Amino acid sequence: MSEDLKIIVVEADRDLAFQIVDTLRDEGWKNVTVLGDEMGLARKIAALEPDLVLIDLANPSRDSLEQVSRATEADNRAVAMFVDHSDDEMTRAAMAAGLSAYVVGAPEPERVKSVLKTAIARFQVTSQMRRELDHARKALEDRKTIDRAKGMVMRARGLSEEEAYALMRKTAMSQNRKVIDVAQALLTASDLLA
Amino acid sequence: MSGVPLNCGYVPLVDCAPLIIARELGFAEQNGIRLNLLRQPSWAALRDLLALGHLDAAQMLSPMPIAMSLGLSGPQVDVVAPLVISANGTVFGVSPALAQQMGSAGWGGYEMAPGRVLGHLAGNTHPLRVGVPFPYSMHRLLFEYLIAGLPEAQRRLFTIVTCPPPLMADAVDAGEIDLFAVGEPWGTVAVGSGAAELILPGASIWAHAPEKVLGMRRDWVGAHESKAEALTRAVFEACEWLSVAKNHPLACEILARSEHLNLPDAAIEAALSGRITPRPGATPWHVPNFIQFGGAGASFPWRSSAAWIGSQLSKLELLEREDVIAKAAQCFRPDLYRKFLAQTDADMPGASAKIEGSLAHPTAVSSTRGEMILEPDAFFDGKTFDFSEIF
Repeated sequence: MSEDLKIIVVEADRDLAFQIVDTLRDEGWKNVTVLGDEMGLARKIAALEPDLVLIDLANPSRDSLEQVSRATEADNRAVAMFVDHSDDEMTRAAMAAGLSAYVVGAPEPERVKSVLKTAIARFQVTSQMRRELDHARKALEDRKTIDRAKGMVMRARGLSEEEAYALMRKTAMSQNRKVIDVAQALLTASDLLA
Repeated sequence: MSGVPLNCGYVPLVDCAPLIIARELGFAEQNGIRLNLLRQPSWAALRDLLALGHLDAAQMLSPMPIAMSLGLSGPQVDVVAPLVISANGTVFGVSPALAQQMGSAGWGGYEMAPGRVLGHLAGNTHPLRVGVPFPYSMHRLLFEYLIAGLPEAQRRLFTIVTCPPPLMADAVDAGEIDLFAVGEPWGTVAVGSGAAELILPGASIWAHAPEKVLGMRRDWVGAHESKAEALTRAVFEACEWLSVAKNHPLACEILARSEHLNLPDAAIEAALSGRITPRPGATPWHVPNFIQFGGAGASFPWRSSAAWIGSQLSKLELLEREDVIAKAAQCFRPDLYRKFLAQTDADMPGASAKIEGSLAHPTAVSSTRGEMILEPDAFFDGKTFDFSEIF
């Protein structure tokens, strides 16, 4: 490759960031810089003069990239890759994988696409991992909420743990709700009345 | 909840209240829709998802449908707004250092007078960075309008920086920005943390600035008109409900408890009541129409308001003015407003465009039911914008 594309990956999670960088390096893209979710992100990106910026679709800092331009060429503004309707399939794949990309300046489209293909594949794995992590976290929180509510029912009604849970489940079923919703309602009510 | 499912994107700010109220108080259900509210991490994400059809509709910054239709922001796609969700509701703030600099130049800090703020900013000789939530936001347009009268050399001292609202206070603290324009509660939050002092409410620059609109792709409205109608009606009813002061305590409660908005109660209440504390210990401002959701035709999408936005964008982006104004005026849709709300008791102005900035006081205008009172819409510099003079 005559000249490497300069790529910036914006990702606050170090492990995820390094996975993305490694994947890109394996494919021959060596000039990759990682920035966290930091203050002055846009200014720092502009100073590095990248060709391409990769950032998670769900990153709240995305808006600050909307106006990133090359420090040396004020008119040369970054454009979201989605501006280009030339490859709708790739755009959809990127969205589905949770990847958004900004192309700064005018690198060769074919080379940009090649990077994006690699990044999309990596982001698919990453977003799957994120989903699983979120899921696990949510399950744990739900567990805690249900346990607290169960404890309240046990104390208030003098029931055993199993009986308390059975009562909550019965209530949930008869109201066509989930046990976690009933547990949350109980805790909210008790907070209000406390 | 029953009804036709409809995916609507939003960003968790106080002014997304009409969407939450439409869902929580059953206005959506009564109109036959099951409203799925999908929180978006950024305006750019919301824009892309709407453009690609993952969202049916969305709460949008009022210049967004215009910028998207012009191809200035994201993929070019025609987006229309049949309803204004809120007017005003923004605040301008400065770093403590800049407040001190303005103070030593005689700024009292209490008057809500853009002309005086401008006088103090005009004496500034340092480059200043101005944080706004999005390049295509009323925040940026109001700031650019405020400084438009300064000499070129002074205007060039300001650089616009995009910064997500929840990070605005931190950005001031870190010295990344000196000034900002942001929607509540983030101004109040910045004051609370000692990061900034507020200098002006947005309403002091333009007394009736459309802030958020209900945006939909034009082709989606064509293909799903009954859904578009049901959603517009549900959100309109929520806007009207929110415009009644006696509903505010309940509104605060619903918003504070909502899973859709994770904000402190006090911040929500301050915004709804228009009592904003500009700096710690100061007497709160009382800003009439600090934020307006409905009543007095506040939700009416005036073509002339869209034209004004287009006119400002053409200046900032160096585009052909008449062309941009013509396209912008097509993005706000009073015709859809009239059609979709025909079955409600909404009173509607007879005209679809007005001379923006001409109302210094509440003024009676002809309406479908005879007469209605419009709230003031004056610009701080007393200028007017007559869209009909252009065409």
